[in-house]
Amino acid sequence: MKRKSLAALVATTALIAPMAMAEDMANDMTLVSWGGAYQKSQVRAYAEPYAAMHPEVKIVWDESSNEAVAKLRAMNEAGNITWDLVDVVAADAIRLCDEGLAMEFDPDTLLVPGDDGTPASEDFGDLLVSDCFIPQIVYSTTFGYRTDLVPEGVEPPSSVCDVFDLEKYPGKRALEKRPINNMEWALYCDGVAKDEIYDVLATEEGQEKALAKLDTIKDSVVWWSAGADTPQLLADGEVFMGSTYNGRLFSVIEEQHQPVAMMWDMQVFDLDGWIIPTGLAADRLARTEDFVKFATDTKRLADQAKYISYGPARKSSAPLVGKHADLGIEMAAHMPTDPANAKNTLLYNYEFWADYRDDIDAKFQAWLAK
Amino acid sequence: MSDTEAQAGPVLAADGTPLKRSLARALRMQKLRALALIAPLLIFVLITFIAPITDMLLRSVKNEIVVDVLPETVAQLQSWDVDSTAPPSEAVFSAFYIDMVLAEEQKLHTRLGTRLNYEKTGLSSLFRKTGRRVGRFDTDVYTDQIVALDPAWKEPATWAAMMADKADRGALPLTARTWDRWADYLNSEGKDPAKTKVEDFLFTALYLDLAAGNAKSVADPRIAAAAAAAPGFETVDIRSQFAKADKDWLDPAVWQTIKIFSSRFTNGYFLNAVDLQKGPDGIEPRPESQQIYLMLFKRTLFMSLVITGSCILLGYPVAWILANLPSRTANLLMILVLLPFWTSLLVRTSAWKVMLQQQGVINDVLVWLGIVDDAHRLVMINNQFGTIVAMTHILLPFMILPLYSVMQTIPPSYLRAAKSLGATNWTAFWRVYFPQSVPGIGAGSILVFILAIGYYITPEIVGGTTGTFISNRIAYHISSSLNWGLGAALGSILLGVVLLLYWIYDKIVGIDNVKLG
Repeated sequence: MKRKSLAALVATTALIAPMAMAEDMANDMTLVSWGGAYQKSQVRAYAEPYAAMHPEVKIVWDESSNEAVAKLRAMNEAGNITWDLVDVVAADAIRLCDEGLAMEFDPDTLLVPGDDGTPASEDFGDLLVSDCFIPQIVYSTTFGYRTDLVPEGVEPPSSVCDVFDLEKYPGKRALEKRPINNMEWALYCDGVAKDEIYDVLATEEGQEKALAKLDTIKDSVVWWSAGADTPQLLADGEVFMGSTYNGRLFSVIEEQHQPVAMMWDMQVFDLDGWIIPTGLAADRLARTEDFVKFATDTKRLADQAKYISYGPARKSSAPLVGKHADLGIEMAAHMPTDPANAKNTLLYNYEFWADYRDDIDAKFQAWLAK
Repeated sequence: MSDTEAQAGPVLAADGTPLKRSLARALRMQKLRALALIAPLLIFVLITFIAPITDMLLRSVKNEIVVDVLPETVAQLQSWDVDSTAPPSEAVFSAFYIDMVLAEEQKLHTRLGTRLNYEKTGLSSLFRKTGRRVGRFDTDVYTDQIVALDPAWKEPATWAAMMADKADRGALPLTARTWDRWADYLNSEGKDPAKTKVEDFLFTALYLDLAAGNAKSVADPRIAAAAAAAPGFETVDIRSQFAKADKDWLDPAVWQTIKIFSSRFTNGYFLNAVDLQKGPDGIEPRPESQQIYLMLFKRTLFMSLVITGSCILLGYPVAWILANLPSRTANLLMILVLLPFWTSLLVRTSAWKVMLQQQGVINDVLVWLGIVDDAHRLVMINNQFGTIVAMTHILLPFMILPLYSVMQTIPPSYLRAAKSLGATNWTAFWRVYFPQSVPGIGAGSILVFILAIGYYITPEIVGGTTGTFISNRIAYHISSSLNWGLGAALGSILLGVVLLLYWIYDKIVGIDNVKLG
């Protein structure tokens, strides 16, 4: 009898111990990302190593980043947040932060210092563009063109203004169906100095000027709305050149071996990263924070570049970027941040577009429909 | 005598109750039973369909956020002339300061900025930027001076006690209102207002009450002492504090926007949805460079009609053949009609892309046949044509099925009778067969038209710039720009248009003439 109760006691203690731990940290985690090659790179660089360290944790992926802002708002209104960590572009992170849907954090408490000991706030530096945004990668929107469609006896395009030169480079162009980036390129090629672009774009005349420049190629433009469109259009030979995310072009060129080349001139840098939704229960928040600490350390961020050609957001990760895990090619040269590629770049102006997005988008769409 | 009396009285049922009542009870029981049978469905539809849609559509007029976040400011702005070319008075800025600090604590100021940015570009960052600074305004001058009079002012408990006292509250109305909002917020955060540090904005509110002379006759000696000292206080110009945070606060246009959109309900979203806007002088058209929605509504209606028309043209012969073939062959063909239903919508749409694009199948064949020059391949996608082709294909079964089921019920003997009476083939068809198939056309047209008018995935993929529908803009506002009010207004108008067309259809054709099977 005594023996039995002792055994029972041992059994209950053994049961209670992990339960107490489970109360501190939830064992289920729902991560939201973009699907495709990008999500795969996150799974391999962050989620799989984390799961190996914590076999009790079950990670579920949801490919909803595209409509994350609207869905999070709906979840918040319904009072039932089912996501633990959401991958969004910086502009969306700023909006989520404005709406009170993303959690504000202190970078030096939530994130670990770099491998070289630099505090996180310095290691990420300027890339912490919002109080709610945990940067992960730097990507760029840039141009790719068909090498076999370059007219004979003409140099391949090397400047973003070649996009607007239909005489020298005939053929269709693929541009994104939104004003962001297109308006900047148009003004730049209309002779506006780079550091004055946003001052000009803030004025009515500047917006008209940009649209007038875009008007010169409007008939030759195929407008895309999904990142996969341009690679497909390039592969089909539907367009001569088109803008898209640099990682997509990398895969067209290096993985599918299409006759396509990159044109890095005036590439627009943008950031992608995590946000933690507000209103998570304490145990889920603890698990999410634990994962974020791990997934954004120097090594993990550098690891992601093994699977996709996006630059790590930490300064301390840059020297660790190595070869592609499957293709075996050096990734540094394919990073948008590589000095050879980053001779002439533009940084997405978050504050400007947060203000002007609705206004200019209305004008842009009216112009498109004309 | 008694016999006639009984006849004049009400007819009785077997159990003695009047027959009318007995009948009514039996009918009521029947109705209740019927209601109970459909109750699960009714409740399901109400909860999952009607309620959310109503809630969503109501967003097109709701506008509480401005007055909820800035109640003091809105009250003070009443006396400011909306056409004024000067910024509002110090009183407005003081009220705005109190509202802003409270909003910033609750992270509502950026949400308000987003809302107002829909009406005036630039307000989003103005509110965000000011939110960061408003906690560091020089209003601690008031705090220091009041605390210097009596250190007890620093204690949250002093304030909690004072704000529980009815007389004190009456003497300090602004302070009382501000304290209540502050206490509500703290309570919702699980904090105790009687133990949380008293912030500068509360002292500012107190000073404003004291300076306004509200507290002259108050019994509380501490307040009386402060009231006596207040006129001699060093003051802060809150307006210049805001101007220092951002000079746009001195722009009357900013205040115009706040004042115009300060009511609880607004027609602003609906005006925007029909290319109008609210200006200081009333409703005016939007600048031409921003007009888009009316054009999109017209285009959506026009293209939906064209798609419905081409579905009739293509579907009618198919349905006729199906209805007149022996049933074994008809069933086989029916599978072909239904086959598209079993393929994903995206796959079907993408297939059209492969077919229609310039380097696509059709163009390749035409070039190979020599009909089209290689340099001048046809543009058949990313325009209206592409949308019409793809959507006609996708919606065709919705036309064929009702047509087929109506045609099946038309006895072939009618046609034979017409011919035996001397009608030509055409007359027999047009005068005898066609009129009987009209209910099928009606049903098919309603289905196709209503489905087409709300489509957005197909136009998004193959529509380019000239083939997109109003639904694409609704989707943009719901999922991308987060302007749910405008999205809801556009959706409400679309719903209204469909109901109107349905009503017109009922008047002209008669809804009884519609047969789904």
